[in-house]
Amino acid sequence: MGRLAEPRWVRNLLIGVTLLFLGSFLLLPLVVVFTEALRNGLAAYLASFSEPDALAAIRLTLLAAGIAVPVNCVFGLAASWAIAKFEFPGKAVLISLIDLPFAISPVISGMVYVLVFGLQGWLGPWLAEREMRIIFAVPGVVLATMFVTLPYVARELIPLMQEQGIEEEEAAAVLGASGWQTFRRVTLPNVKWALLYGVILCNARAMGEFGAVSVVSGHIRGLTNTMPLHIEILYNEYNFVAAFAVASLLALLALVTLAAKSVVERRMRQEEAQ
Amino acid sequence: MARRRILPGFGITLGYSVLYLSLIVLIPLAALFLRVTGSSWEQFWDAVSAPRAIAAYKLTFAASFAGAAVNAVFGFIVAWTLVRYRFPGKRVLDAIIDLPFALPTAVSGIALTAIYSRNGWVGRYLERAGIESAFSPLGVTIALTFVGLPFVVRTLQPALEDLDPGMEEAAATLGAGRWQTFRRVILPSLLPALITGFALAFARALGEYGSVVFISGNMPFRTEIASLLIVAKLEQYDYTGAASIGVLMLLASFLMLLAINALQHWVGSRYGRTA
Amino acid sequence: MSIELRHIWRTFGHFIALQDVNLEVRSGELMALLGPSGSGKTTLLRIIAGLETPDPVPGSAVLFRDQDVSSRNAAERQVGFVFQHYALFRNMTVFENVAFGLRVQPRKSRLSKDAIRARVYELLKLVHLEDLAQRYPSQLSGGQRQRVALARALAIQPQVLLLDEPFGALDAKVRQGLRTWLRKLHDELHVTTVLVTHDQEEALEVADRIVVMNRGQIEQVGTPDEVFHHPATEFTMEFLGSVNLFRGRIESGKAVFGPLVVDRPARLATDGAAARLFVRPHDLEINTAPNGKPSLRARILRIQSAGALVKVDLLCETGEQVNVHITHERFREMNLSPDAHVYLSMRQGKVFVEDYCI
Repeated sequence: MGRLAEPRWVRNLLIGVTLLFLGSFLLLPLVVVFTEALRNGLAAYLASFSEPDALAAIRLTLLAAGIAVPVNCVFGLAASWAIAKFEFPGKAVLISLIDLPFAISPVISGMVYVLVFGLQGWLGPWLAEREMRIIFAVPGVVLATMFVTLPYVARELIPLMQEQGIEEEEAAAVLGASGWQTFRRVTLPNVKWALLYGVILCNARAMGEFGAVSVVSGHIRGLTNTMPLHIEILYNEYNFVAAFAVASLLALLALVTLAAKSVVERRMRQEEAQ
Repeated sequence: MARRRILPGFGITLGYSVLYLSLIVLIPLAALFLRVTGSSWEQFWDAVSAPRAIAAYKLTFAASFAGAAVNAVFGFIVAWTLVRYRFPGKRVLDAIIDLPFALPTAVSGIALTAIYSRNGWVGRYLERAGIESAFSPLGVTIALTFVGLPFVVRTLQPALEDLDPGMEEAAATLGAGRWQTFRRVILPSLLPALITGFALAFARALGEYGSVVFISGNMPFRTEIASLLIVAKLEQYDYTGAASIGVLMLLASFLMLLAINALQHWVGSRYGRTA
Repeated sequence: MSIELRHIWRTFGHFIALQDVNLEVRSGELMALLGPSGSGKTTLLRIIAGLETPDPVPGSAVLFRDQDVSSRNAAERQVGFVFQHYALFRNMTVFENVAFGLRVQPRKSRLSKDAIRARVYELLKLVHLEDLAQRYPSQLSGGQRQRVALARALAIQPQVLLLDEPFGALDAKVRQGLRTWLRKLHDELHVTTVLVTHDQEEALEVADRIVVMNRGQIEQVGTPDEVFHHPATEFTMEFLGSVNLFRGRIESGKAVFGPLVVDRPARLATDGAAARLFVRPHDLEINTAPNGKPSLRARILRIQSAGALVKVDLLCETGEQVNVHITHERFREMNLSPDAHVYLSMRQGKVFVEDYCI
């Protein structure tokens, strides 16, 4: 050590700054969520969940994630197969386009659907004639969720599958395996951790999305409110305990996500080290 | 030339990917741009140059820049500490860095408001010191710092881990003190990653909505950021106005990403790695 | 089973990887495709396997035992292919890797579980890996992975075994052992084998016949003896073993290289045409005094005597720098030392005359 290390006081100072910064910026908000939720005791906390509107919000959140995650999972697998295993012109453009939703503000992600399906939008009049609603209705919420979570699985799989190349798939083909057998027995097991990682992140975003969903939902209680939107309504009505109670569920989800994420990250690192 | 491909499924997977991407992202996005190009130039200009809009841009860019700058400084210290030192609780801290990604923005929004409002956990002390945090530009900056925090740390960590210890040893054998080694050897080689992290945090902050909506108070000309203005216009069914501001903000974040890519490319070609 | 390739072309954009290749591999032989990287040998191997398709040129065909298999894909050709970097399935054990080809057969032609197990262990025994059946590829050494790849390829009872640089990634010692072992294995199994290599020693040692390839074309096909001792082209001469080059001209029907004159050039050539003489290091003789044969004066630059032969670098009066191999016995007899002036004569050499058009 000696010249290659900082003096002890510098080290302690830096560690202190880190703890203080992360403590006040990350841990404090977490603590606040749970404290505020339990401010009026456990009974009041639990009562917040028996309210029908809260239950409806939970149900809609599960529905939106339940559709968006599998659909984007299939998309991610299809896109990464095409991109990683084949050569074609325009590949780099396609990869950038897949990442596009990350670059777009959530509010704008919601707004584009309003401009397509809203009353003043492209298809608005056509839909209105047939009494079909997408904006300010459940389909809009699901669509907006799909939009913002589209890249998550694909962007985990594409670089990994590109790095793994196609030699193993070729070996399987020479040994007589069909395309589906090759995918299921060779490709899929090789990317399972990355796939799981993508699904975890995709799910967290799907359940937690606020801006995009807020624009298309219309905030109809019991019908088009997801959990984050329900939190907003409760908060704006000064029903803080209920708002934080619902928030605590999402905070728990975030903690589970972080834990699962670091477990999977460790598995991926182990696999990579082999 | 139709050459038979060895592995099957190219046509269907590529076709499906492009179709799905077009339906969910590209066509709706085209609707946004067509909305704007379909309106007259005056309409567009009125919407994007209204004093309220200008105030919103100013606040958005200033608060995003301030948040990213705070993250650049403290994120550097956090990344340095997590990579270089051992201390109890390090693994947990490392995992929790990503909390702003994982925590729904609505939750962080109300939590930050509860902390920084006038009678909040921290806000009450700031109030006594005469500092107004929630419902002020400072509150917006705090929220944008929160959402951008992981970017700097997560781009710096791998760069720090990749740093060749031989470089520091060489500097030491050449007589450089620790501070000199840091300033002349370590910092310059981490600069690309630091700038990339800063730019990513900045770009993310430009479009942020959920965590700001609660803490800002949404007062036009004072604490209204661009995303909030778009939502306000949508609520008044001023779709063209909302789309105009949306396109402008979208172009700003595309430019940011383009700059980041160019930077990465430049670093890659110069140092043979990506930041 | 015999393999025949007719009019094989393969282009990648503007790059011509293979240019009208015609080749016959006899049933049961071990043939080596030898050439530098970029010569098209791996592309040719992948075309035989069905991993690559040749350009659709009239008359182009890949035949297995006189049957055109061009329209069959890799899965249908029943070839055993050993990849350069083995391409073992990293998520499967050694056992599962070898069993893969048997397990993916359609149900009606698939062996029973027990039969698969028996066959896999039989193969693992053949490659001396029966103790490592439950290991994962990452837990094996390079040589072991190589043998798993071979066992996996053999599991489907291929009619043809194709090996792409099978020993390329191994260190010299392991390489030597596996080479001998592969030759022995081939003698036991007699499966038609095509092996790609850029290592001339490997090709010379293992193969029944060698195909020398250069820039997408075949330079020569022949037994190791033929290609080594009777190279048909300059490229073959230079690629197989080290050679010394002398530049000269054709004068009245003879190739003249300073004092060295070769009576019968390889081809008839007009006077004045540039000629190149290739002589292997062991085909040059060093003498301390002229011995009657035509000889060149030369000065010794460097002597390297550690090894089976003594290697002597010399500078000729004609300006060429040459390398000569002599026995230790001869070396001691002559008592050579650097800077000594000696006489070089030639036992045999090969002359190539450049095309010369006016």
